[in-house]
Amino acid sequence: MTMLAFDLKVRLRAGDHVFQLDAGCRTPEGRFLGIRGASGSGKTTLLRCLAALCRPDEGSVTIGDDTWYDSRQGIFLPPQRRSVGFVFQDYALFPNMTVMGNVSYATGDRARAAELLDLTRLTAVARLFPAELSGGQRQRTALARALGRAPRLLLLDEPLSALDEDLRLSLGEELRRIQRETGLTTILVSHSAGELSRLCDEVFPIVDGRMRPSDAGPLSSLRRTL
Amino acid sequence: MTLDAIAFWVSLRLGLWVTGILVVICFPLAWAFARSGGRWVPWVESLASLPLVLSPTVLGFYLLIVLSPRGFIGQLFLSVFHVRLAFSFAGIVIAGCVASLPFMLSSLRAGILAVPSQLLDASYTLGKGRLETLVRVVIPNMRSSILTGIINSFAHTLGQFGVVLMVGGSIPGVTKVVSIAVYERVESLDFADAHAYAAILVVISYGGVYLLNRLQRREPRR
Repeated sequence: MTMLAFDLKVRLRAGDHVFQLDAGCRTPEGRFLGIRGASGSGKTTLLRCLAALCRPDEGSVTIGDDTWYDSRQGIFLPPQRRSVGFVFQDYALFPNMTVMGNVSYATGDRARAAELLDLTRLTAVARLFPAELSGGQRQRTALARALGRAPRLLLLDEPLSALDEDLRLSLGEELRRIQRETGLTTILVSHSAGELSRLCDEVFPIVDGRMRPSDAGPLSSLRRTL
Repeated sequence: MTLDAIAFWVSLRLGLWVTGILVVICFPLAWAFARSGGRWVPWVESLASLPLVLSPTVLGFYLLIVLSPRGFIGQLFLSVFHVRLAFSFAGIVIAGCVASLPFMLSSLRAGILAVPSQLLDASYTLGKGRLETLVRVVIPNMRSSILTGIINSFAHTLGQFGVVLMVGGSIPGVTKVVSIAVYERVESLDFADAHAYAAILVVISYGGVYLLNRLQRREPRR
């Protein structure tokens, strides 16, 4: 079974407070992982480091046989060369493109984009622009776009936090369904323990800048086995 | 009344040249100002804004000195391109570029800053390089700023007087622009012609500003 493994150290600043985020994990591919932490704990930075949107101070990221980052060997693949899909907290949809435009920007062909719109139930709004969509539709567009490149790792940065409670539950279920259907290794970060334990196969907390599953017992890591 | 259509033609050509050159030059400069945190930024930025606060005659005087055949740039152009800059159309294009630079630069800078950096990040994670991101994401999302920069620089160049007169003199058909023609008619107490020139310039400038407002109103779905 191929594995996703990362071990990252990065210095962070939260106001006047400077601390080091020290996060590591080793898990089989195809799982839905959750990372829980308070705001400012470094959750988003961790995802950004995995996607190469920010550069850690040291460590490594490997997925299967591919090394995306290794500070000792001087390897740092740019985001374009890492097979990641990223759903940003505020979705970061391109305002100048329709829903179809946003998704086909990622896929490069409209047939594949149409399939993704079908998967995320967006076919009816394909011709609308992001500003014309509801919050839930924006979230699904961001998800469809992130899947467009057929990534190996899907990163979700609080994708449900901007939605109201009902929508959060139903879109959470939909995330779970899509993750099962695609079998894609997914990391969801959130501050909501309930949301994470409902959706994820396994949840890791970031406590005092540290995320080391090995030093947390089963009770403290909110583990859930399916 | 003997209106000289060629002065309008000189003004129009000057406006088009200056605006075209400024879009190309200012884009990378505005990008660097907006996205780079370098220590040099405030220095260069202040220098680039200087034409806003300097008297046009002071600016024109220094430009005349550097563009003259003995000046650094004038000498360079003369020896490399065999083009004389002082008292020539090429000279007033360069002078016009310097004088209108802050208008284009500030519009483009504001436009670049208004494009959230997350859109760039999103594009990179979708496998797209910098150039493709620039062309397909950044530029389309700052269209109204580009348009503002174009219309402001064009209108400002049409109204140039001091800098153009200092660098280009008033050579009919070459460097004599409408605003200089107005000045000369007033000097010779020919108010009827001065009125006509001035009124046409007002109408053109108003048209430009009106167009700008209309286009910005139409700016789509955000």
